[in-house]
Amino acid sequence: MTGMLPERIVGDLGGLPESADGSRSIVWWGNIGFMLIEGTAFALAAGAYLYLRSESPHWPASGDPLPSLMWSGIFTIGLLLSELPNIWVTKQAKAKDAGRVRIGVLLMTILGLVLLVLRGFEISVLAPRWDHDAYSSVLWLLMILHTSHVVTDLGDTAVQAAWLYTHRIGDDQFADVEDNCNYWTFVVVAWIPIYALLYWAPRLG
Amino acid sequence: MTADAETPTAAERHRRLVETWGDAPGFWGFLTTVDPKRIAGRYILTAMLLLFLAGMLAVDMRLQLAQPDMHRMGPQAYDESFSLHGSTMLFLVSVPVMEAMAMWLVPLMVGQRTMAFPRLNAFSYWLYLGGVLMLWIPHALGFTPDLGWFEYPPLSGPGYAPGHRVDVWAQMITFTEVAALSISVNLVATILKMRPPGMTLARMPLFLWAMLIASLMTLFALPSIMLVTSMLISDRLVATQFFAPAAGGDALLFQHLFWFFGHPEVYIIFIPALGFVSAIVETFSRRTVFGHVPMVISMLSIALLAFGLWVHHMFAVGLPKLGNAFYTAASMAIALPAGIQIFCWIATIWSGKPQFRTPLLWVLGFIATFVIGGLSGVMTASAPLDLQLTDTYFVVAHLHYVLVGGALFPLFGAFCYWYPKGTGRLMSERWGVVAFALIFIGFNVSFMPMHILGLEGMPRRVYTYGPEMHWGMLNLIATLGTFISTAGGLVFVANALMSYYRGEVAGADPWGGPSLEWATDSPPPPHNFDNTPFIDSAVPLWTAKDHRPVLSGLSLDRRQVLVTSVVDALPEYRQRSPGASIWPLVAALGVSILFVGSIFTPWALVWGAVPVAIPLIGWFWPQRPRATTGPLRKRSA
Repeated sequence: MTGMLPERIVGDLGGLPESADGSRSIVWWGNIGFMLIEGTAFALAAGAYLYLRSESPHWPASGDPLPSLMWSGIFTIGLLLSELPNIWVTKQAKAKDAGRVRIGVLLMTILGLVLLVLRGFEISVLAPRWDHDAYSSVLWLLMILHTSHVVTDLGDTAVQAAWLYTHRIGDDQFADVEDNCNYWTFVVVAWIPIYALLYWAPRLG
Repeated sequence: MTADAETPTAAERHRRLVETWGDAPGFWGFLTTVDPKRIAGRYILTAMLLLFLAGMLAVDMRLQLAQPDMHRMGPQAYDESFSLHGSTMLFLVSVPVMEAMAMWLVPLMVGQRTMAFPRLNAFSYWLYLGGVLMLWIPHALGFTPDLGWFEYPPLSGPGYAPGHRVDVWAQMITFTEVAALSISVNLVATILKMRPPGMTLARMPLFLWAMLIASLMTLFALPSIMLVTSMLISDRLVATQFFAPAAGGDALLFQHLFWFFGHPEVYIIFIPALGFVSAIVETFSRRTVFGHVPMVISMLSIALLAFGLWVHHMFAVGLPKLGNAFYTAASMAIALPAGIQIFCWIATIWSGKPQFRTPLLWVLGFIATFVIGGLSGVMTASAPLDLQLTDTYFVVAHLHYVLVGGALFPLFGAFCYWYPKGTGRLMSERWGVVAFALIFIGFNVSFMPMHILGLEGMPRRVYTYGPEMHWGMLNLIATLGTFISTAGGLVFVANALMSYYRGEVAGADPWGGPSLEWATDSPPPPHNFDNTPFIDSAVPLWTAKDHRPVLSGLSLDRRQVLVTSVVDALPEYRQRSPGASIWPLVAALGVSILFVGSIFTPWALVWGAVPVAIPLIGWFWPQRPRATTGPLRKRSA
């Protein structure tokens, strides 16, 4: 049973392209995998929020203020609007337009920084402090979880911008830009239910 | 090696591929390798070493319990022993070893030269090693987690558990879960996007289905344990109130999140074992597995049901009756797909021409043991009965029957089955049978009496018992069983070591296996295959008549892999594959600094980001020529 049948070459893969974009690309699937992991973490943290709410007679816990709408509203509008240039960058990456991709990724870096400052203002008015009660703990948990994603993607975008401006861009890097844009979309989309849960659900229910 | 290796062309191709895919020699090659076989090999060896250590803890505990009123171990040492044993077995042995087996086998089974993200594998191993050291170095220094493998609050909260025993446990989990998630993403991408042309989903071997399903489960289950242990650390470090009832928190939230992970984890361990069993049964029955489609549907059903069962670990905490009834029904329902699989394997063996070699013996041992464990599982699924049996030795018996019988026996069978592929030599059959007999008999002698002890009310996690309970004889028998299985374990290890040097030379396909890993040398060269296999059946090595069809065209001088479509495995493009790199190790060191630092100060999350970010940038920084356009273009010639 140790012998092997001889091989016969029945075709050649040499004519296949050496990169792909969108869901044909393997990196796209890796990106989806990490989004699933982080999306699950967001969902479970939201579940923890709802669980603690179900166990509490008042929500926010009695004496705690409702979360402030101003900075969170500005941040949320800014975050949603950032999706417009993000989609534009995706299109330029698909079109493999090096000049526009460089400008677009730099623009997304600047927008990311602005949004991080806005998030800073949002956190500065977050009350009460995380150690006050379970309500405040889970409020801060969701905020920090989302902010860590904003920071991570901002870092990624900034490094990508530095690379793109200093190097000749190949097809793989255009695909990387697209993947990074998809990840930003994930950061934006993930915020919508969290924003509704943290800021509006306590007011409506 | 291709059969026409005599011709210079084939030999030259092989030589160039070895050069392209081989590692640097010596220690630098050891540190920088991204070869899944090497990384998986060290994963498996590390897990086996820890299996030995956890086994020694078990022997120690069985000695303590052999007779009533023994005081060779105090309550603190006993608490530490079972906590370390459980945490090691669940987090550092069972899940990692299953994923490592997948890392080793999946690229070979899909006829590829490596996996989708080779550097992620290396990163995963180094982080896993970090998790191992996180638990065992503090143990060597004298502070060991002592609250069981699940460390419930409020006992593990800041009020009752000062010091860092709990933090050590919680951060060990973060290490190992990041490691496991990394492999899982890699496995999913590899199985979905890198199957060889012709291997449609319908023709995918059950082993690959098992690994795909277990990896997907991992993606959804592990975030829960990372979240809950982070919440626990935060309660302890920065005084959040998640689990503090006085401030609106709830200790049961910990249990919900823990078991939302904990129950699927059992199946994350068990489903790969189903893959091993299917592969072994198919080869040694000399026929395709009976009921391929029901087998796949059963595994999918188990995966889905596994996420709806977690509350059956919490029947004793006082939940609403309707909830208990629902989870009782769901827990019993999972016996159906498990039963379908057992019947399919029996039908395969029955209707085939079985060859009872060591791997198949392990499968038979698995079927017998797992059926017993499954039946005691159906018993404990019943909430009223569970209320009596929980925290007794009945549960200890049940969980060992399903985890040892259901996962480790298939793992041992898989080890014997694929050992010749990994080493080029066969293990001794005679000593293989001896090891199997000793472990199988010793295991049952050890754990069967625990059912009775549990029914008689002997509690778990208590370091001794009085003579008036009359539990001495059954405990003595259990302890004797432990010695028998330990002897078997030593024979198994000795057989593996001796066979490495003296075993019969295996050749490429010693068992006459049907799947692609048997279509390359044993051990495989660094690039696995000289050409890309083309598949026209679910058992390609059995249906090939006079030749094996292959495709040429992947680069010989650059690392390149074939990417195919998800459902039909149609060739899509050739993907550049990254080479050996030190960055995964440096990144893992950076992450370790962050994880260890965050036990002591929350600011580690801020400054710790620096040693994480720098290696990640190095890791992903594409090596391309400098720009010739734009404001930052290279200006000098």
